[in-house]
Amino acid sequence: MDMAEKKNKEKFIEIRDLRFSYINDLEEPPVKTEVLKGVSLDICRGEFVAVLGHNGSGKSTLAKCINAINLPESGGVFVDGMDTLDENDLLPIRQRVGMVFQNPDNQIVATIVEEDVAFALENMCVEPAEIRRRVDDALRTVGMYEYRLHAPHKLSGGQKQRVAIAGIIAMRPECILLDEPTAMLDPHGRDEVMRTIKLLNSQGVTIVLITHYMEEAAQADRIVVIDSGEVVMDDVPRKIFSKVEKMKELGLDVPQVTELAWELKKAGYDISTEIIYEEECAERLAQLLKD
Amino acid sequence: MAIIKTEGLTYVYGEGTPFRKVAVDSVDLEIESGDFAGIIGHTGSGKSTLIQHFNGLLKPTSGSVWIDGERLWDDKAKLRPVRFKVGLVFQYPEYQLFEETVYKDIAFGPKNMGLDEDEIDRRIKETARLVGIGDSLMSKSPFELSGGQKRRVAIAGVMAMEPKVLILDEPASGLDPKGREHILGMIKEYHQETGNTVLLVSHSMEDIARNVQKILVMNDAKLFCYDETAKVFHRSEELRAMGLAVPQITRVFERLRAMGIDTGEDVYTVKYAARLLLEKLKK
Repeated sequence: MDMAEKKNKEKFIEIRDLRFSYINDLEEPPVKTEVLKGVSLDICRGEFVAVLGHNGSGKSTLAKCINAINLPESGGVFVDGMDTLDENDLLPIRQRVGMVFQNPDNQIVATIVEEDVAFALENMCVEPAEIRRRVDDALRTVGMYEYRLHAPHKLSGGQKQRVAIAGIIAMRPECILLDEPTAMLDPHGRDEVMRTIKLLNSQGVTIVLITHYMEEAAQADRIVVIDSGEVVMDDVPRKIFSKVEKMKELGLDVPQVTELAWELKKAGYDISTEIIYEEECAERLAQLLKD
Repeated sequence: MAIIKTEGLTYVYGEGTPFRKVAVDSVDLEIESGDFAGIIGHTGSGKSTLIQHFNGLLKPTSGSVWIDGERLWDDKAKLRPVRFKVGLVFQYPEYQLFEETVYKDIAFGPKNMGLDEDEIDRRIKETARLVGIGDSLMSKSPFELSGGQKRRVAIAGVMAMEPKVLILDEPASGLDPKGREHILGMIKEYHQETGNTVLLVSHSMEDIARNVQKILVMNDAKLFCYDETAKVFHRSEELRAMGLAVPQITRVFERLRAMGIDTGEDVYTVKYAARLLLEKLKK
């Protein structure tokens, strides 16, 4: 079975008509803010899905519903067939779905890199020899093995974020949710994290990446766009970004190369707005200029 | 005239301890009054340490800083007016909001300057207009606002002091594309209207390219260069080597050059790229 076929078959996360609200009890009467208004979405095993949406659209709330930090008000979320509402499944769900947040400083607890990566495993009562093996593996995967005895606070942002990712992959999750993991990093740090994400995905880990960087989303298999608590677009990156006007309406953007293609197309030139990568953009431009 | 000048500016963290680290190393710099510049550099390159010297938050280990012709730290009592002259907006400034209402929060800085009520009121209205905070929000608690609105209020609080130099550390981080455009557009407008010097620290080369006229590059505690945007992005190889990047659109034109198509110009915004290509295609 090839990868594409496999992806089509095995559903890993099933979200059915999910509704979720935040309730502010401090007000009298309590104020209810509806954030997710009936989201239905399937994510298959091994898929790399990017989630886009403006601030306040409900992306992060949705991610927290997937590993049972938020529980549905109505509808349901199923991870590997387990209902997030079933308390007995809480631990197995969180072991299958790991989460990485925006600020690396908020996710690191230990004073030595390898101890930080071992933290969750110790809590899961994994055998010491197995912990050693998994920590080393995880650190090698993210390219931080040489730093295993360093103090995390002396690392760069990208390195810290990779340590945070190592802490998650040491648990051997089947899926990793990343909520704007590169927002605080410099260009090199962003590259490091994206390369790590793609490597994990190539090893079969399901990836859900929330980001505001369109170039990062362009690297996913599929993009889901959330607006006001609803899924408004769900397609491959090429199709999503080719709708330049729609994306701008939603407060989002497209990669610079797509925007350029769109400008040229508007001026009447034969160029597709499904261009999302640098190489193809340069090639098409070269042809146009030679004609 | 240079509004900010440094000579041999050096700052060392943890001097005399095993953790000694030179964060800023012999920086000689002149920033002209009215410049709108970006500050870029990898994490730990010394950007934040550098800008904290511009309003006297840090005292140089050696070397000097002049603001508007006056050397800092000669007379400690004179630092207070410098802090009004150079406004610093930190990352995630919305965490620094604290007052009961938006109006009072923006008023905090001007009030501390000892201005009279009428002047404070004028400045609040002026900056609120600039950042796009309507009258209806003025009496609200800042904590009731959305993330983007909170950030604009926090920035307005610094703008209301009418500093000759406004320095913003990652003012758009964590915002969606539209929010980024909004904040950066507002800063650009502030620069155009007031003519004051504005320095913008950012990790987004695309945002930097679209907005500023000059770029200051820090690398490993040293000043790499302070030059016009086009000239800085022209040095893409060197930027990459120091963990930075150039905008995606610039990389496309580099590829074209490698394919034997030299447009003869440096391109770093989509707008400019489209104009240039349309001209060439018409021929």
